[in-house]
Amino acid sequence: MDARERVLALGLPGRRDEYWKYTRPESLTDPEVARAAVLVPYEATLFDSVDRLRIVFIDGVFAPDLSDDLSLSGVHVERLCEVSRMDIHWASELYGVLEARSHSPIARPLAALNTAYATDGVMIHVTEKATKPVNLMYLHRSETSDAILHHCVKLEEGADLTLLETGPAAARFNKSMEIDIADGAAFHHVRAQGRDHERRAMTHTFARLGRESVFKSFTVTVNGVLTRNECVVELVGPDAVAHVAGAVVGDGEFHHDDTVLVTHDAAGCRSRQVFKKVLRNGATGVFQGKILVRPGAQKTDGYQISQSLLLDDDAQFYAKPELEIYADDVQCSHGSTSGAIDEEALYYLRSRGIPRTEAQDMLVLAFLAEAIDEIEDGALARDIVAAVEAWLGRRRG
Amino acid sequence: MLEIKNLHAKLEEEDKVILKGVDLTVGAGEVHAIMGPNGSGKSTLSYVLSGRDGYEVTEGSAVLSGHDVLEMEPEERAAAGLFLAFQYPVEIPGVGNMTFLRTAMNAQRKVREEEEISARDFLKLIRIKADKLSIDADMLKRPVNVGFSGGEKKRNEILQMAILEPRMCILDETDSGLDVDAMKLVAAGVNALRDDGRGFLVITHYQRLLNHLVPDVVHIMVDGRIVRVGGKELALEVEENGYSGILEGVS
Ligand SMILES: Nc1ncnc2c1ncn2[C@@H]1O[C@H](COP(=O)(O)OP(=O)(O)OP(=O)(O)O)[C@@H](O)[C@H]1O
Ligand SMILES: [Mg+2]
Repeated sequence: MDARERVLALGLPGRRDEYWKYTRPESLTDPEVARAAVLVPYEATLFDSVDRLRIVFIDGVFAPDLSDDLSLSGVHVERLCEVSRMDIHWASELYGVLEARSHSPIARPLAALNTAYATDGVMIHVTEKATKPVNLMYLHRSETSDAILHHCVKLEEGADLTLLETGPAAARFNKSMEIDIADGAAFHHVRAQGRDHERRAMTHTFARLGRESVFKSFTVTVNGVLTRNECVVELVGPDAVAHVAGAVVGDGEFHHDDTVLVTHDAAGCRSRQVFKKVLRNGATGVFQGKILVRPGAQKTDGYQISQSLLLDDDAQFYAKPELEIYADDVQCSHGSTSGAIDEEALYYLRSRGIPRTEAQDMLVLAFLAEAIDEIEDGALARDIVAAVEAWLGRRRG
Repeated sequence: MLEIKNLHAKLEEEDKVILKGVDLTVGAGEVHAIMGPNGSGKSTLSYVLSGRDGYEVTEGSAVLSGHDVLEMEPEERAAAGLFLAFQYPVEIPGVGNMTFLRTAMNAQRKVREEEEISARDFLKLIRIKADKLSIDADMLKRPVNVGFSGGEKKRNEILQMAILEPRMCILDETDSGLDVDAMKLVAAGVNALRDDGRGFLVITHYQRLLNHLVPDVVHIMVDGRIVRVGGKELALEVEENGYSGILEGVS
């Protein structure tokens, strides 16, 4: 069955679908794209101090003149449109393959739609340890852009890549990424979803992990009227490690949904899900996270935490943590909490002269720290902290 | 320096009156001690002065160097020179002790229209002050008060005081939980700050601290009021006879 047939068979998501209970899919599937203002002045300075290979897309279209020269030792980058003309290419074994496998137990029709209709994207083949990170930069220039991107990343045995993604991308953005991580390879992913207030995004990250491989993905999201990030991780080789983390700051008309499925299908694997959301002023957060342990995946170590900090009574957080375990020798835990700001701590900070709003922001950053700490690279983590700090500071005025 | 007149305060949520007319004046350069039985309202007085939520002032006033502190936000009181060393310092996971101190210092400087302290100067300053209080580098790196022992928390309060150099220092049972050596360090830290322009209000249950930190005036608080005022010998009297004699004198 090809992707178009899958789209027809699955249909579009509706409110009755179990995993679309808390997030309205209409604006993601409407033929008409809702207008999204472009934020001015434009901010694309994140990671500027990091030596990286930049691949730029404007409203979902590759922009060669803004991008760096795509040559990087151990890393081969090609455009989707070049690859799709070829008869034989490694990407044919990956493009749409992880997506096609992902519809059970949870159907992901928007991922099938992406596979069927993606207009651009990059195929990244990594054969050794990359000497610097690759940064996919998504610029948003048109108020009505509707972009569908699909990337594939294949890491050969022992290869190592850090992939950065930054920017709001488009008025409406549907992006998929399929990542195949061979034995002993490592993939680090740090993403900052742009802060254009009205943009909408639906993303899927699919990863398949071989023996002793590593997958670590972190996303920070500030603003955006609607964001749904789905992450589907399959641990198929023993002793692999997968971390998925997210830090979210939402204010006002803001809806953010993390839907995660981590499947342990081999023995001795470790997985962590760490999601933190700070919400206020009517913002809504959703977390649907599942750890599935297949028969035979003994010695599994699975951890999941999702927490929200609600800064007022208007903010809402829905959490649906799930464990499904078919092996007996496993260690899995999950927890979900929703809380207000710690008034005692706030008073203590203020009693030392720190103004209320600044003190509150310190506590917000402290709350997010556990998720940001999941970023292994200290310099990248500091950039993320600085970006969140700056954003909070600007809101304080 | 600090003038408290007929201060009445109750709990906001309940009809419980805790302070029932406190009168107390601390002059510049003076050290005053407050002693009194458990639950008499000593900590409440310090909280009301520093601006903690949950209390309602129903009568009276508190003026610090011309500022009506009761009308100010807690951070404004701090910038005006008021400092409370907490009886129970608060743990704040995720906020580094150094970051906290530097942010506090710069926030106060900003209000006073002074320049921010540079990271380097701050580091130098904190090393010197921390050393005097036997606070090691590890404690400075950790989140505020998290995992600190009782005595370490108290020393951390004094470190904050030493860095912020407030004009009016209220110490709420800073001596409880300190070993003999730590108490000497803390007393030395406080004494180092003593000068003509600075006032101290020291809440304590024990004479011990007052040996090192000799008070000019000792107040006895009972049931939300100052019921006796005397010199340093009053603390000795309490140490020997407890509060029973004083309570009899009152009723
Ligand atoms: N938030 C509150 N809720 C309920 N009761 C309170 C509250 N704050 C203070 N109280 C009560 O007010 C009284 C005075 O308390 P406070 O802590 O001021 O006493 P204290 O003199 O500092 O005592 P100690 O010597 O034990 O530290 C006590 O009876 C206490 O239980
Ligand atoms: Mg007390």
